Amino acid sequence: MDMAELQDKVCAILADNLSVPEDKVTPQSRFQEDLDADSLDLVEAVLALEEEFGVTIPEEEMEGVTTVGQAIKLVATKLGVAA
Amino acid sequence: MSEGGAALVTGASRGIGQATSLALARAGLAVALGYRSDREGAEDAAAKAHVEGAVAMALPFDVRDQASVDAGFAAIEAELGTVRVLVNNAGYTKDGLAVKYPNEAWDATIETNLRGAFLCIRRALPRMMRARYGRIVNVASVAALRGNPGQAAYSASKAGMVGMTRSLAREVGSRGITVNAVCPGFVDTRMTEGASEQLRAKYIEMTPIGRFGTPEEVAAVIAFLAGPEASYVSGAVIAVDGGLSA
Repeated sequence: MDMAELQDKVCAILADNLSVPEDKVTPQSRFQEDLDADSLDLVEAVLALEEEFGVTIPEEEMEGVTTVGQAIKLVATKLGVAA
Repeated sequence: MSEGGAALVTGASRGIGQATSLALARAGLAVALGYRSDREGAEDAAAKAHVEGAVAMALPFDVRDQASVDAGFAAIEAELGTVRVLVNNAGYTKDGLAVKYPNEAWDATIETNLRGAFLCIRRALPRMMRARYGRIVNVASVAALRGNPGQAAYSASKAGMVGMTRSLAREVGSRGITVNAVCPGFVDTRMTEGASEQLRAKYIEMTPIGRFGTPEEVAAVIAFLAGPEASYVSGAVIAVDGGLSA
């Protein structure tokens, strides 16, 4: 999987989980301000990403993740997908 | 698989846990009866449920052990489906005056009653959140509401369950998950059978209803909270104590 593919996949999962249209979810989207996601939404989205990609994202690493781009980067690092 | 989904009751071999398992089975849930040491009790109860045409399975489930919790949930998910109802009933008690109370007994009490319940809840929540449905019932105790000499550890663990119940009710309410606690008073179970006649008489005198309760009387309240009709009850702490805490 390359970065573009990963980005599309993460955005689709997030859109589905946060119940927002897929075209609203871009790497620039901020979870709270743009996607109206609270902390529990974010935890749910992370659980979905973990399941989809077979990775584990600890609480510490979720801290500071405020945009979709940061989430993509986090998953990419876990999977060893280069930017 | 069962129409009502799967339920897990911990500490289901005897007493309130067993009565609750049977009540949930009668309500149409597929019930997993978790046991730690009393396999026979859990299997007997599962057999009773089978006779009534319900789906039930006994399974080893030690709430103190993360690996056992994970394995138990995985087995339930494979055999019965997603856990929609969780009853945290497994409990430990050792009475003793504080001055002479051993650290080991303190740790064992908190580990089973409070941490054990939390481990089960944490494992159950992701799927409940995704399903936008869940019923969590924590079996606390009247000791969470009023103190008893010799029960510092037990009442602390049960009051802890009440606090956890309230916080979680707020945390996951938006996902259709209710979290409630029941507080049994003096109920005829193995936990109270050691009491002397004299002590029993004293307990009965303290209780307005004037007798010990039965496990079935507690199970009926748990089954209500575990049912779809209790959808607007959350964070509640319900005494089932014959009026003891009134």
